[in-house]
Parts: sequence; structure tokens; C-alpha cells
Amino acid sequence: MEIYTLLREFADSWMLLFLFSFFTLVVIWAFRPGSSAVYEDTASIPFRHVDAPAPDEAEVTPAAHKEART
Amino acid sequence: MSNYIKLIALGLVTLFAMIGTNYARDLAYQVHAIIVMLVAGGLFLYTLRRTGEAKPAGEGAQNEYFDSVVRAGVIATAFWGVVGFMAGTFIAFQLAFPGLNFEWAQGFANFGRLRPLHTSAVIFAFGGNALIATSFYVVQRTSAARLWGGNLAWFVFWGYQLFIVLAATGYLFGGTQSKEYAEPEWHVDLWLTIVWVAYLAVFLGTVIKRKEPHIYVANWFYLAFIVTVAMLHLVNNLTVPVSIWGSKSVIVWSGVQDAMVQWWYGHNAVGFFLTAGFLGMMYYFVPKQAERPVFSYKLSIIHFWALIFLYIWAGPHHLHYTALPDWASTLGMVFSIVLWMPSWGGMINGLMTLSGAWDKLRTDPVIRMMVISIGFYGMSTFEGPMMSIRAVNSLSHYTDWTIGHVHSGALGWNGMITFGALYFLVPVLWKREGLYSLKLVSWHFWLATIGIILYAASMWVTGIMEGLMWREVDANGFLVNSFADTVAAKKPMNIVRGLGGVMFLSGAIIMCYNLWMTVRRSPAKEASLTVSVPAE
Repeated sequence: MEIYTLLREFADSWMLLFLFSFFTLVVIWAFRPGSSAVYEDTASIPFRHVDAPAPDEAEVTPAAHKEART
Repeated sequence: MSNYIKLIALGLVTLFAMIGTNYARDLAYQVHAIIVMLVAGGLFLYTLRRTGEAKPAGEGAQNEYFDSVVRAGVIATAFWGVVGFMAGTFIAFQLAFPGLNFEWAQGFANFGRLRPLHTSAVIFAFGGNALIATSFYVVQRTSAARLWGGNLAWFVFWGYQLFIVLAATGYLFGGTQSKEYAEPEWHVDLWLTIVWVAYLAVFLGTVIKRKEPHIYVANWFYLAFIVTVAMLHLVNNLTVPVSIWGSKSVIVWSGVQDAMVQWWYGHNAVGFFLTAGFLGMMYYFVPKQAERPVFSYKLSIIHFWALIFLYIWAGPHHLHYTALPDWASTLGMVFSIVLWMPSWGGMINGLMTLSGAWDKLRTDPVIRMMVISIGFYGMSTFEGPMMSIRAVNSLSHYTDWTIGHVHSGALGWNGMITFGALYFLVPVLWKREGLYSLKLVSWHFWLATIGIILYAASMWVTGIMEGLMWREVDANGFLVNSFADTVAAKKPMNIVRGLGGVMFLSGAIIMCYNLWMTVRRSPAKEASLTVSVPAE
């Protein structure tokens, strides 16, 4: 089979199916239960750590948290 | 030790460039060899003077953001912006008054040479610097981490400036491979590839070492822009140099495949360079300026995936009624129309971020700028799909309508969102209380907006007129108008377009003055200076 025909056949069938289902799953994934709470936190990322990177320790003191959100 | 390796490499590059200067087969290559020789030689001396010296301590502290490179990027953005707008305004008047193609500058400063200089200056120099600077700023803030790779970010910045200078001088001296938006020849392409890989490493390295558990949506858009541009650049520039001492090269694609690869590249340069990257800007700076999170984070995820899944297929709409198979141009047309939806989804997401803060439009000219940029984004992403329909395209293609469409997107969307980002960044980066003058921002806003409207409106009129004149036939089926008739009929609109450019350019100059005075005169932001950085 010619390589063009082979690729065309593949693109029209399996690849199309794969890309379309990947996209559909992404949309469903975005609406999974509990996503709203996660995204609310993610959406507020620009309002944290404005002046300096996060310290190395993962623990975030309430005071630092408050400062970072202003 | 690393300095010795650097010295050897720089010495070899300098030597190679010297040989290149001597053996150069064409003027563009010779000029480039001289530029590379001077840059590499200068860096050699600079490195030599610092070899054996103790390294200055305190640089590169992990508890601070790497902002000096962002500041340089902001300056470069403003500088190249003015250069690019000036070149554009000049060539607009060259079209209206052909006498401006001066006889003494034939072969260097006529329209054909200056036009790619203008497009590359605004897209790659102004837009590219804006994207690099803002992506470095945004990825640090949203990852809560300092840029990865230390001084690699400086290499990206200066390497990119060198690319711009090589590209621009290449156009003036005739070194072009005649692919729209991909004009630089093979040696410049190789250099951009190196710089771009370094850029990807810095950006991705920072994302990987992030302290936030999630990757903020702006970074997704920036990353898509960096990765896709790398892919596009490599595939569209697969050329075989004729000689290592000359700039001429031959592309491996031929005929209609070459055309398709070029417009696959060309349209995705719009889709990923001018759209995805700038959407990254929108998703960070609009929420920051409006002081509220993005309207819907879910919508932003769908926006991202829909945009990158669709844009990559839209290229064939540039090749309607050509040797390209009908199925391919239909595919491009259909995907372009589908693309309308995610584009407007993104526009709604950006605009609705202001819901509950619409009053800011009255008081804050910077947010007004961002909102009108999103408005222009919506307008041009409606106009684009419409023009991609084959029947509409038969009227609009090859006319000034296309140029008007590109400029309402580029001046309106890319320009305005970049201005908004610059107005946000300068006070933050130089630690000022605020901008020097909001009144001047308003002046900039109105000059730019009216300038774009004059530009787009005159191009609609002249484009449709041109299209109709070209297809007009008399009762016997003969064409009524010659090409020169359309050129003569376009003169008034060409002048209006040039005036629009003058207004847009003067707005940008006002911005530069305002930003300069912000750094010089605005009171320093005491609060953030005295707050000590935690010393963990």
C-alpha cells in the first residue's frame, strides 16, 4: 500500500477516533465531581506568591497565607 | 573551568565568522558573519576579563524571583514595538506615495525589503519579546518558584535579540527564503532553534520545580505556544544549504506540499504564537488587573484543549482555489469555522472575569485596554472563520481585506493586551506605587483604538472594492478593470490606513514616555521594599 493511502486511512479512522475521544474525555474530566473546589483553588494561584517564591518547606503558616493573598 | 570551555567555543565561533566574512557568497551572509564575529569576539573579551575572578556572591538566590531578565524583556518589547510600528507606518505611506521608495535606497529600503522587516519586527520582535518576558514573569509567580537554569534565561533573552538583528539585517540585504513569516535563511533558523530549545528548557524546568500543586492555565497556553512553535519552525525550515558560506538554501518540500507546509506553519504561527501565547497573557494579567479570578476555570480548560485541537487543522484555508486538493481546503475551512466557538468561549471567559467589577472600566484605563483587546480578539476570530469560507475567500483573498483582518487581530488583540501587560508590569517590576500618569494611558488607549478603527475600516472598504473590481466583467465577458485601475482607486484608503498607523504609533510613543517616567518619577513602593523576604 502506498504510504499516502496508508496514512490517510489511519488519519481518517483510528487517529480521528483517538483525538475525538481524548477531547471528549477532557471535557468530561473538567466537569468531574469535586472539580469546582479544586479549580477554585487553582484559579486563585495568581493571587499567591506575588513577591517571592514559596519557601522550601511545604508547610504554609496561616500568617504567610494571609500575607500572600493580599 | 566552564570559562575555559566558553573561551574555546567563542574563539572558534569568532574564527569561523572571520572566515565566513572572507568567503561569503552573498551580501546578507557577509553582514551576518560580521555581526556574529563582533558579538562572539566581544563575548570572548568579556569572558576573558572575568576569568579567574571570584564570582560575585548573592546572585541567583532561590528565595527571590528572577526579574532582571523580565525587566530587560519589557524594555525590549517597548523598543521593538516602536521600531516595528514605525516600519509599518512608513511602508503604509510607501503604498500610498510610491515616491517614498527612494531611488538611492533601491534594493534595500523599498517596500519589498521593508515589508518582511515590518512583519517580523512586530510579530517576532515586539510580540516575541512580550511573550518571553511575560512567560518568565507568569511562570515564576504561578509556580511559586524561581526560573530554572540560572543565567540560561539571559541566554534566551540575548540570543533572541541576536536572532532579531540577524533576521532584520537579512531582509534588508536580501537574505530571505520567501516563506511568509518564516523568511530567515538556514543559518538564522539554526540559531533560533538553539535559543528556542533553551527557552523551552527554562520554562519547562520552572514548571517542573513548581511549588503549586497545579499548573495554572496560563502556563498551559505558554507551553503549547513554545512546543508548537518549535515543531512548526523545524518542519517549515527543513532546508539544505547550497554552501556553508552562503545564505541560499533549498527546501526539501516541493510544489503544493511546500505550499501546504508553509501555510500549516503560517496559520499556526497565528494560532500558537499570536493566539495561544497571548491567551496565556490574558489568563494571568486580566485576573490580576481586575483583582478577581478568571470567570470559569472549567471553561478555560475546555478553551485550551479545543483551541489546540482545532487550530492545527485550519491552515489549508490559505490555499483555496489552488492546486491543493479540494478535500484538504474543505477540511481547513470546516475546522476554521468550528474554531469560532472555542475562540468566543475564551473571549467570554476573559470578558466575564470582570463581572462584578465592571465599574473598573470607568476608572482604570489599563483594564479598558485589556477589555478592548479581548473585544478585538472576538471580532477577528469571527471575521477569520467567515473569510475562510471558500465563497467569501474568493472575494477577499489577495485583497486588502486580509491585511485589515490581520491588523485588527494584531494591533487590536496582540498589541492592546501587550500594552495592558506592560502597564501592569512596569510598576511591579520597578517597585513603584503606580503608573506615572493614567491620563496618558487614556490618551494611548484612544489614539490606538481610533487608529485601529481607521485602519480596519479603510481596509474593508478598499479590500471589498478591489475584490469586486477584479471580478467585474462586461457583457462580452472581458475584465473591466486593469490591475492599475484598482491601485489608483485605493489611494484615499491607503492614506487613511497610513494615518491610522500614525495614531497607533504615537500612542505607543506616549506609552514609552509614560513607562519611562513611571520608572524615573513615580514614588517607590515603600511597603514591598521593607517587607523582608523569608530567609528559609
